[in-house]
Amino acid sequence: MVESVVERITRGHFWDFHGGIHPPEQKFLTSSKPIKQLSLPKQLIIPLQQHIGREGDLLVTIGDRVLKGQALTLSTNPMVVPIHAPTSGTISAIKMSVIAHPSGLSQLCIFLDVDGEDTWRKRELCHDIEQLTNHQIIEKIADAGIAGMGGAGFPTHIKVNRQPDINFLIINGAECEPYITADDLLMMEQSNAIVDGIKIIDKLLTPAFILIAIEDNKPKAIKALQQATASIEKIKVCVVPTKYPTGGEKQLIQILTGTEVTSGQLPIHAGIVMQNVATCFAINEAVRHDTPLIRRVVTVTGQALNKPQNVWALLGTPINFLLEQCSVQNIENENQPVIMGGPMMGFSVSSELVPIVKTSNCILVPSKVEMPSAFEKESKEVECIRCGQCSDVCPSQLLPQELQWSAKAKDHAQLKKLNLSDCIDCGACAYVCPSQIPLVHYYRIAKAEIREQQQLDLKAEKAKIRFEARKLRLEKEKIARQEKHKKAAAARKAAMNKATPEATGAKSAVAAALARVKAKKASKAQVDTPDAPADLSTEVVDDQKSQVSAAIARAKAKKQLKAEAATKLSNSSDDTNKAVDVDTVETKTTVTQQPTVDDKKAKIAAAVAKAKAKKLSKNAEVTDTDKVTDNTLADKTVAEKTVNIDDKKAKVAAAIAKAKSKALAKANAKAESLNEEKIAANNVSATVTSNVTPTDHSPSNSAQAIPEDIVVTENAENSDSKNQNESLAESTPTPAMDKKAKIAAAIAKAKAKKKLKEASSVENNDQDSV
Amino acid sequence: MNILLAILVLGSIAAIFGALLGFASVRFKVDADPIVEQLDALLPQTQCGQCGYPGCKPYAQAVADGEAINKCAPGGEDTIKKIADLMGVEVQPLDESHVKGDVAQSNRPKVAFVIEEDCIGCTKCIQACPVDAIIGAAKQMHTIIIDECTGCDLCVAPCPVDCIEMRELPETIHNWQWDLTSIPVKQLD
Repeated sequence: MVESVVERITRGHFWDFHGGIHPPEQKFLTSSKPIKQLSLPKQLIIPLQQHIGREGDLLVTIGDRVLKGQALTLSTNPMVVPIHAPTSGTISAIKMSVIAHPSGLSQLCIFLDVDGEDTWRKRELCHDIEQLTNHQIIEKIADAGIAGMGGAGFPTHIKVNRQPDINFLIINGAECEPYITADDLLMMEQSNAIVDGIKIIDKLLTPAFILIAIEDNKPKAIKALQQATASIEKIKVCVVPTKYPTGGEKQLIQILTGTEVTSGQLPIHAGIVMQNVATCFAINEAVRHDTPLIRRVVTVTGQALNKPQNVWALLGTPINFLLEQCSVQNIENENQPVIMGGPMMGFSVSSELVPIVKTSNCILVPSKVEMPSAFEKESKEVECIRCGQCSDVCPSQLLPQELQWSAKAKDHAQLKKLNLSDCIDCGACAYVCPSQIPLVHYYRIAKAEIREQQQLDLKAEKAKIRFEARKLRLEKEKIARQEKHKKAAAARKAAMNKATPEATGAKSAVAAALARVKAKKASKAQVDTPDAPADLSTEVVDDQKSQVSAAIARAKAKKQLKAEAATKLSNSSDDTNKAVDVDTVETKTTVTQQPTVDDKKAKIAAAVAKAKAKKLSKNAEVTDTDKVTDNTLADKTVAEKTVNIDDKKAKVAAAIAKAKSKALAKANAKAESLNEEKIAANNVSATVTSNVTPTDHSPSNSAQAIPEDIVVTENAENSDSKNQNESLAESTPTPAMDKKAKIAAAIAKAKAKKKLKEASSVENNDQDSV
Repeated sequence: MNILLAILVLGSIAAIFGALLGFASVRFKVDADPIVEQLDALLPQTQCGQCGYPGCKPYAQAVADGEAINKCAPGGEDTIKKIADLMGVEVQPLDESHVKGDVAQSNRPKVAFVIEEDCIGCTKCIQACPVDAIIGAAKQMHTIIIDECTGCDLCVAPCPVDCIEMRELPETIHNWQWDLTSIPVKQLD
């Protein structure tokens, strides 16, 4: 089939497409003049998006100096095509500006103040494309920001990247729209560059045949390309008859190959790729000369211009600069329409600051005689007479009058049925309409509505999905929450009911705490009542006080013991030892009560102890002591009864007391030995001081040894409390004491030391003053 | 005898057809009421709740059960007309009592916008959004995902600092509508 097509083409036979029109070409205005190189405009307005797809990410900021060819945006996505600085200069603004769009709406543009130097960035020329891989070439094309220059602006690197079996690569040089001669002139002047570009695409796509389609109204361009391709077998220059819209993609394919690309299909499905000649030129520039797409040929034409011609316009050049260069005749005319694109498919621009972009190929400034309809504000539209001329000329074989009814009625379903999507907006129907109905405008509106409806439907569908998902999620969360609460409640219940040791422990702990609180309350109440027995207020006992009083009692008892010991010197040492032993036992028992009972009790106990000591010393009989111990034991049990709530405390206290009594016994033994040596009975204060001295580390030791009784007794009292603390410290080796006690002891020691120091310093001062 | 035979024959025929019908009703049972799905497809899916139902699907169900068809404010007259066609009832004008705010007053689609300086991060709007179009966390600034927002207005009321407002989507070349037929209205004195 491919062979037969080529045979037909070589014989100069082509197929035809349905319909088409022959409007006045008006190409003579510009076709005979070479493409003019313009001077640099003062400012360029470069829209970020100049193609179908999305805009790239900005690479420059206001105030940056950019060089010619420098990328201004970055492509992050295949559908994004970067833009480049068309000349060197400074970015003066990045803001919204009116762009080349029928809506006259604004889009983000980069304003480049041209410095006039036209300095290039560093370029890497490539002399041999055979050294490059396809991937490298495609990357170069993508980096150069090339988008289809025929009008649609589809990113070229996507189009040349497909690798299925390609039968035909068609180079579109038909340029069927009236007035426009940009491609014609480009083919005349740059035929070799275009062929080089075609070779690059050939390398990428490797098609079976390459067809260059040119309408027969461009003899010079045909000749130039035939010369340029004479040596290449694969490339055929096809001279097709002039008819509008031959340049349409599907129409041209039908003319050349006879195959009709069916509705909804792309040419690639038929093994055909089509490229515009200007795109081929741009590809060559990009790959060989490392020149990004920064300029294009624009036909500036119309009878309102003095010098209509083709120009090399930098992308971003405002239209008014181009018009100035081509000297508009009656620029003062406010109603002068300026059309971007051709007379059939172009649109009036709302501002003369609209910049040239990658897809603009023509600026048409018609005179009133030339195109009266463009000057009319109100439409001359009358009712459709159903003549059917529109369907005769429709290249897509649609039914324009039917479409028009449905478009006016906004019957989208019917429009779809009538294949509105296959309309190529060529405007042939409106051109032939005797009722002057702007048919294409209705189709455009309808197309936009359908597109919007589709988007809304998509959005609604998405919203529905999200709503359902949210509902489901909330439901799940609710169930999970309920489940959690249920579980927690069950766990609590189980814990309460279970008879595990932990549970009972917890229970008992709670019960104990409750009991403690109750006891505290009770004791408080008792304290509040003035005549309450002191024994019961065990909880609110002032420990220190009781300890102090106990210590006093002990000291007194000791005194007496000393005295007795002194008197008993004649007795056997065994007896005294025994007595001492008994005494320690007794003191121990008495002391155990002391930390927990109040001072009154302590005093009583001390008195009892004193009495006992006396008794002991007098009788020194075992039976008596037994009795006494029995008594004290009874006392102890009473104390324990009152105290049994915090037995721990009592235990600790007992341990302390034990230690103290030990220490006392030691001290006593020392004193006894001293007494034995000296034989003479000294006064009590001396023994007390001797009791103090071994543990006293303060430098003012000697100060304590003064014979003044008051001072000494004071000291004795101090040292007694200290003694107690020290005995705590000394008791560390006893097994009853734990670490805590040690720490407490250390603290107590430090405190006692401080006190002692203070006392001694006071004494020193006193001495000094005395 | 003849009568007995007739009864027997007719009775057996009745039994056979009865069994056939019974089988068909089980075999070709329609799972859900398809009219609800169709109605749901007509509704705009903003999930705004202005109709008094918690979403579009519940309202579709209600319409199928005989609820008034003119309660969808975001859908407007178009939706009412479509529902009327589907249900075979008269077209009714939109029930204004179901229009909250100015959602239905403008043609241009609106989306919620969080004034970020004022947001205190209370998450109340997040709980109100029917389509999870608000991102944020407690004590963190919230923001709207424009693409997901249906413009239902439900997040505006719960905001304690009034930092959410409904803004029209800006007109860009992507959502621009050809409007060549509109005749400029001139006010005559």
